[in-house]
Amino acid sequence: MITLEHYLVLAALLFSISVAGIFLNRKNVIVLLMCIELMLLAVNINFIAFSFFLQDLAGQVFVFFILTVAAAEAAIGLAILVLLFRNRGTINVQDLDEMKG
Amino acid sequence: MTFELFLFYLFGAILLGAALAMISVRNPVHAALFLVVCFVSAAALWLMAEAEFLGLVLVLVYVGAVMVLFLFVVMMLDINIARLREGFSEYLPVGLVVAAAMATVLVLVITRYITMDAPERAGPEYANTEALGAVLYTEYVYPFEIAAVILLVAIIAAISLTMRRRPDNKRIDPARQIEVSREGRVRMVSMKSEDKARRARGAERDDDPNQE
Repeated sequence: MITLEHYLVLAALLFSISVAGIFLNRKNVIVLLMCIELMLLAVNINFIAFSFFLQDLAGQVFVFFILTVAAAEAAIGLAILVLLFRNRGTINVQDLDEMKG
Repeated sequence: MTFELFLFYLFGAILLGAALAMISVRNPVHAALFLVVCFVSAAALWLMAEAEFLGLVLVLVYVGAVMVLFLFVVMMLDINIARLREGFSEYLPVGLVVAAAMATVLVLVITRYITMDAPERAGPEYANTEALGAVLYTEYVYPFEIAAVILLVAIIAAISLTMRRRPDNKRIDPARQIEVSREGRVRMVSMKSEDKARRARGAERDDDPNQE
Protein backbone atom coordinates (compact mmCIF):
# COMPACT_ATOMS: atom_id res chain seq x y z
CA MET A 1 0.00 0.00 0.00
CA ILE A 2 1.09 3.52 -0.66
CA THR A 3 1.33 5.50 2.54
CA LEU A 4 1.55 9.23 3.13
CA GLU A 5 5.28 8.85 3.80
CA HIS A 6 5.86 7.69 0.24
CA TYR A 7 4.47 10.89 -1.18
CA LEU A 8 6.15 13.13 1.38
CA VAL A 9 9.57 11.53 0.90
CA LEU A 10 9.23 11.83 -2.87
CA ALA A 11 8.30 15.51 -2.57
CA ALA A 12 11.17 16.13 -0.12
CA LEU A 13 13.67 14.55 -2.53
CA LEU A 14 12.26 16.57 -5.43
CA PHE A 15 12.54 19.76 -3.41
CA SER A 16 16.14 18.98 -2.47
CA ILE A 17 17.01 18.29 -6.10
CA SER A 18 15.60 21.65 -7.15
CA VAL A 19 17.55 23.41 -4.35
CA ALA A 20 20.69 21.75 -5.72
CA GLY A 21 19.65 22.94 -9.19
CA ILE A 22 19.48 26.53 -7.97
CA PHE A 23 23.01 26.20 -6.62
CA LEU A 24 24.39 24.58 -9.77
CA ASN A 25 22.78 26.82 -12.36
CA ARG A 26 23.17 30.13 -10.62
CA LYS A 27 24.33 31.87 -13.79
CA ASN A 28 21.38 30.94 -15.97
CA VAL A 29 18.13 32.75 -15.18
CA ILE A 30 16.00 30.45 -17.34
CA VAL A 31 17.09 27.30 -15.52
CA LEU A 32 16.64 29.13 -12.21
CA LEU A 33 13.02 29.80 -13.15
CA MET A 34 12.60 26.13 -14.09
CA CYS A 35 14.01 25.08 -10.70
CA ILE A 36 11.47 27.32 -8.99
CA GLU A 37 8.72 25.59 -10.99
CA LEU A 38 10.09 22.24 -9.81
CA MET A 39 9.99 23.43 -6.19
CA LEU A 40 6.37 24.48 -6.61
CA LEU A 41 5.64 21.04 -8.04
CA ALA A 42 7.17 19.39 -4.95
CA VAL A 43 5.01 21.56 -2.68
CA ASN A 44 1.95 20.72 -4.77
CA ILE A 45 2.65 16.99 -4.42
CA ASN A 46 2.62 17.47 -0.64
CA PHE A 47 -0.69 19.30 -0.82
CA ILE A 48 -2.26 16.62 -3.02
CA ALA A 49 -0.98 13.83 -0.77
CA PHE A 50 -2.38 15.42 2.39
CA SER A 51 -5.62 16.17 0.59
CA PHE A 52 -5.99 12.51 -0.32
CA PHE A 53 -4.91 11.00 2.99
CA LEU A 54 -6.96 13.39 5.14
CA GLN A 55 -9.91 13.25 2.71
CA ASP A 56 -10.09 17.03 2.63
CA LEU A 57 -10.56 18.95 -0.62
CA ALA A 58 -8.98 22.14 0.79
CA GLY A 59 -5.55 20.85 -0.25
CA GLN A 60 -6.65 20.52 -3.87
CA VAL A 61 -8.11 24.02 -3.82
CA PHE A 62 -4.74 25.27 -2.60
CA VAL A 63 -2.99 23.47 -5.44
CA PHE A 64 -5.41 25.09 -7.85
CA PHE A 65 -4.43 28.57 -6.62
CA ILE A 66 -0.74 27.72 -6.52
CA LEU A 67 -0.95 26.63 -10.17
CA THR A 68 -2.64 29.93 -11.04
CA VAL A 69 -0.04 32.04 -9.29
CA ALA A 70 2.81 29.94 -10.69
CA ALA A 71 1.50 30.41 -14.24
CA ALA A 72 1.29 34.18 -13.70
CA GLU A 73 4.77 34.18 -12.21
CA ALA A 74 6.21 32.25 -15.14
CA ALA A 75 4.57 34.60 -17.66
CA ILE A 76 5.86 37.76 -15.95
CA GLY A 77 9.26 36.24 -15.24
CA LEU A 78 9.75 35.27 -18.86
CA ALA A 79 8.54 38.70 -20.02
CA ILE A 80 11.15 40.33 -17.78
CA LEU A 81 13.72 37.90 -19.15
CA VAL A 82 12.92 38.80 -22.76
CA LEU A 83 13.11 42.51 -21.89
CA LEU A 84 16.42 41.96 -20.11
CA PHE A 85 17.87 40.15 -23.09
CA ARG A 86 16.65 42.85 -25.48
CA ASN A 87 18.23 45.63 -23.45
CA ARG A 88 21.43 44.00 -22.24
CA GLY A 89 22.03 41.18 -24.72
CA THR A 90 22.70 38.69 -21.94
CA ILE A 91 20.87 36.68 -19.31
CA ASN A 92 23.95 35.84 -17.29
CA VAL A 93 23.28 36.74 -13.67
CA GLN A 94 26.82 38.05 -13.26
CA ASP A 95 26.37 40.63 -16.01
CA LEU A 96 23.35 42.12 -14.27
CA ASP A 97 25.30 44.21 -11.81
CA GLU A 98 24.12 47.72 -12.57
CA MET A 99 22.79 48.22 -9.07
CA LYS A 100 26.06 46.99 -7.51
CA GLY A 101 24.18 44.70 -5.18
CA MET B 1 4.39 -5.27 -3.69
CA THR B 2 1.03 -4.37 -5.15
CA PHE B 3 0.64 -3.06 -8.65
CA GLU B 4 -0.29 0.34 -7.23
CA LEU B 5 2.96 0.57 -5.32
CA PHE B 6 4.86 -0.53 -8.40
CA LEU B 7 3.26 2.30 -10.39
CA PHE B 8 4.12 4.76 -7.63
CA TYR B 9 7.77 3.72 -7.65
CA LEU B 10 7.88 3.77 -11.44
CA PHE B 11 6.53 7.30 -11.79
CA GLY B 12 8.48 8.47 -8.75
CA ALA B 13 11.70 7.17 -10.29
CA ILE B 14 10.91 8.87 -13.60
CA LEU B 15 10.13 12.09 -11.74
CA LEU B 16 13.35 12.14 -9.74
CA GLY B 17 15.47 11.00 -12.69
CA ALA B 18 14.06 13.70 -14.94
CA ALA B 19 14.56 16.29 -12.19
CA LEU B 20 18.22 15.26 -11.80
CA ALA B 21 18.69 15.38 -15.56
CA MET B 22 17.02 18.79 -15.70
CA ILE B 23 19.43 20.43 -13.28
CA SER B 24 22.51 18.90 -14.88
CA VAL B 25 22.08 19.08 -18.66
CA ARG B 26 24.00 21.69 -20.62
CA ASN B 27 21.32 22.86 -22.98
CA PRO B 28 18.37 24.87 -21.58
CA VAL B 29 16.10 23.38 -24.28
CA HIS B 30 16.83 19.89 -22.97
CA ALA B 31 16.26 21.16 -19.42
CA ALA B 32 12.81 22.40 -20.44
CA LEU B 33 11.98 19.05 -22.05
CA PHE B 34 13.06 17.17 -18.92
CA LEU B 35 10.84 19.48 -16.90
CA VAL B 36 7.96 18.40 -19.15
CA VAL B 37 8.73 14.76 -18.25
CA CYS B 38 8.69 15.77 -14.58
CA PHE B 39 5.28 17.37 -14.91
CA VAL B 40 3.77 14.43 -16.78
CA SER B 41 4.95 11.86 -14.23
CA ALA B 42 3.81 14.11 -11.37
CA ALA B 43 0.41 14.29 -13.06
CA ALA B 44 0.32 10.48 -13.07
CA LEU B 45 1.06 10.47 -9.34
CA TRP B 46 -1.71 12.99 -8.75
CA LEU B 47 -4.13 10.77 -10.65
CA MET B 48 -3.20 7.94 -8.28
CA ALA B 49 -4.00 10.22 -5.33
CA GLU B 50 -7.52 10.81 -6.65
CA ALA B 51 -6.79 14.36 -7.80
CA GLU B 52 -7.90 13.69 -11.35
CA PHE B 53 -8.89 17.24 -12.22
CA LEU B 54 -5.62 18.76 -11.04
CA GLY B 55 -3.61 16.02 -12.72
CA LEU B 56 -5.20 16.83 -16.04
CA VAL B 57 -4.87 20.58 -15.40
CA LEU B 58 -1.18 20.06 -14.73
CA VAL B 59 -0.75 18.40 -18.11
CA LEU B 60 -2.94 20.86 -20.00
CA VAL B 61 -1.85 24.12 -18.37
CA TYR B 62 1.72 23.34 -17.42
CA VAL B 63 2.90 21.10 -20.21
CA GLY B 64 0.61 22.70 -22.76
CA ALA B 65 1.08 26.37 -21.95
CA VAL B 66 3.76 27.23 -19.44
CA MET B 67 6.42 24.86 -20.72
CA VAL B 68 5.73 25.84 -24.32
CA LEU B 69 6.26 29.44 -23.23
CA PHE B 70 9.54 28.42 -21.61
CA LEU B 71 10.67 26.61 -24.76
CA PHE B 72 9.61 29.57 -26.86
CA VAL B 73 11.70 31.97 -24.79
CA VAL B 74 14.69 29.62 -24.61
CA MET B 75 14.71 29.21 -28.36
CA MET B 76 14.08 32.89 -29.05
CA LEU B 77 16.98 34.14 -26.97
CA ASP B 78 20.37 33.70 -28.52
CA ILE B 79 22.27 32.70 -25.41
CA ASN B 80 25.84 31.67 -24.95
CA ILE B 81 25.55 28.33 -23.16
CA ALA B 82 29.27 27.99 -22.47
CA ARG B 83 29.38 31.20 -20.48
CA LEU B 84 26.30 30.24 -18.50
CA ARG B 85 27.92 26.96 -17.53
CA GLU B 86 30.92 28.65 -15.94
CA GLY B 87 31.27 27.70 -12.29
CA PHE B 88 29.08 24.62 -12.58
CA SER B 89 31.73 22.33 -11.07
CA GLU B 90 32.73 25.09 -8.66
CA TYR B 91 29.28 25.16 -7.07
CA LEU B 92 28.72 21.41 -7.38
CA PRO B 93 30.09 20.41 -3.92
CA VAL B 94 28.26 23.07 -1.94
CA GLY B 95 25.04 22.45 -3.86
CA LEU B 96 25.23 18.71 -3.25
CA VAL B 97 26.01 19.19 0.45
CA VAL B 98 23.12 21.57 0.99
CA ALA B 99 20.70 19.36 -0.96
CA ALA B 100 21.85 16.18 0.80
CA ALA B 101 21.56 17.79 4.23
CA MET B 102 18.11 19.10 3.42
CA ALA B 103 16.93 15.76 2.02
CA THR B 104 18.32 13.87 5.03
CA VAL B 105 16.59 16.09 7.57
CA LEU B 106 13.29 16.07 5.70
CA VAL B 107 13.29 12.31 5.15
CA LEU B 108 14.25 11.60 8.77
CA VAL B 109 11.46 13.79 10.10
CA ILE B 110 8.90 12.38 7.69
CA THR B 111 9.72 8.71 8.25
CA ARG B 112 10.00 9.14 12.02
CA TYR B 113 6.93 11.15 12.88
CA ILE B 114 4.38 10.77 10.13
CA THR B 115 2.49 7.58 9.53
CA MET B 116 -0.82 7.47 7.83
CA ASP B 117 -2.34 4.69 5.80
CA ALA B 118 -4.30 5.26 2.66
CA PRO B 119 -8.00 5.81 3.10
CA GLU B 120 -10.61 3.79 1.27
CA ARG B 121 -10.61 4.34 -2.45
CA ALA B 122 -13.60 6.31 -3.64
CA GLY B 123 -15.99 4.38 -5.82
CA PRO B 124 -16.60 5.00 -9.52
CA GLU B 125 -19.54 7.29 -8.73
CA TYR B 126 -17.26 9.84 -7.07
CA ALA B 127 -16.43 12.78 -9.37
CA ASN B 128 -13.39 14.74 -8.30
CA THR B 129 -14.08 17.62 -10.67
CA GLU B 130 -17.61 17.98 -9.39
CA ALA B 131 -16.53 17.91 -5.74
CA LEU B 132 -13.77 20.44 -6.38
CA GLY B 133 -16.14 22.72 -8.28
CA ALA B 134 -18.67 22.52 -5.45
CA VAL B 135 -16.24 23.91 -2.89
CA LEU B 136 -14.44 26.23 -5.31
CA TYR B 137 -17.55 28.18 -6.27
CA THR B 138 -19.07 28.35 -2.79
CA GLU B 139 -16.54 28.33 0.02
CA TYR B 140 -13.60 29.64 -1.99
CA VAL B 141 -15.38 31.98 -4.36
CA TYR B 142 -13.51 35.12 -3.28
CA PRO B 143 -10.07 33.52 -3.60
CA PHE B 144 -11.22 32.24 -6.98
CA GLU B 145 -12.03 35.78 -8.12
CA ILE B 146 -8.73 37.05 -6.77
CA ALA B 147 -7.01 34.35 -8.81
CA ALA B 148 -8.81 35.66 -11.89
CA VAL B 149 -7.57 39.17 -11.13
CA ILE B 150 -4.03 37.85 -10.65
CA LEU B 151 -4.18 36.26 -14.10
CA LEU B 152 -5.47 39.52 -15.58
CA VAL B 153 -2.62 41.44 -13.95
CA ALA B 154 -0.17 38.89 -15.34
CA ILE B 155 -1.58 39.32 -18.85
CA ILE B 156 -1.37 43.10 -18.69
CA ALA B 157 2.09 43.03 -17.14
CA ALA B 158 3.50 40.60 -19.70
CA ILE B 159 2.08 42.59 -22.63
CA SER B 160 3.14 45.99 -21.34
CA LEU B 161 6.62 44.75 -20.49
CA THR B 162 7.36 43.21 -23.86
CA MET B 163 5.63 45.75 -26.10
CA ARG B 164 8.11 48.12 -27.67
CA ARG B 165 8.21 51.08 -30.02
CA ARG B 166 10.28 50.09 -33.02
CA PRO B 167 12.32 53.02 -34.32
CA ASP B 168 12.12 51.75 -37.92
CA ASN B 169 8.36 51.54 -37.84
CA LYS B 170 6.70 53.75 -40.50
CA ARG B 171 3.35 53.88 -38.75
CA ILE B 172 1.75 57.35 -38.61
CA ASP B 173 -0.13 58.58 -35.59
CA PRO B 174 -3.62 59.69 -36.78
CA ALA B 175 -3.85 62.34 -34.06
CA ARG B 176 -0.69 64.01 -35.34
CA GLN B 177 -1.99 63.79 -38.90
CA ILE B 178 -5.17 65.66 -37.97
CA GLU B 179 -3.24 68.30 -36.04
CA VAL B 180 -1.33 69.39 -39.16
CA SER B 181 -2.13 72.95 -40.28
CA ARG B 182 -1.03 74.98 -43.27
CA GLU B 183 1.38 77.04 -41.15
CA GLY B 184 3.22 73.92 -40.08
CA ARG B 185 3.89 72.76 -43.63
CA VAL B 186 4.15 75.77 -45.96
CA ARG B 187 6.69 78.54 -45.58
CA MET B 188 6.48 81.67 -47.76
CA VAL B 189 9.87 82.89 -48.83
CA SER B 190 10.47 86.12 -50.70
CA MET B 191 13.38 85.76 -53.11
CA LYS B 192 14.84 87.43 -56.11
CA SER B 193 13.61 86.53 -59.56
CA GLU B 194 15.36 83.56 -61.13
CA ASP B 195 17.42 85.36 -63.85
CA LYS B 196 19.13 87.82 -61.59
CA ALA B 197 19.86 85.21 -58.99
CA ARG B 198 21.52 82.91 -61.52
CA ARG B 199 23.66 85.70 -62.85
CA ALA B 200 24.73 86.63 -59.36
CA ARG B 201 25.61 83.02 -58.62
CA GLY B 202 27.54 82.69 -61.84
CA ALA B 203 29.70 85.62 -60.83
CA GLU B 204 30.42 84.02 -57.55
CA ARG B 205 31.29 80.67 -59.19
CA ASP B 206 34.27 82.25 -60.97
CA ASP B 207 35.78 83.03 -57.61
CA ASP B 208 35.14 79.71 -55.91
CA PRO B 209 34.06 76.67 -57.97
CA ASN B 210 33.33 74.49 -54.95
CA GLN B 211 30.93 76.85 -53.32
CA GLU B 212 27.63 75.74 -54.80
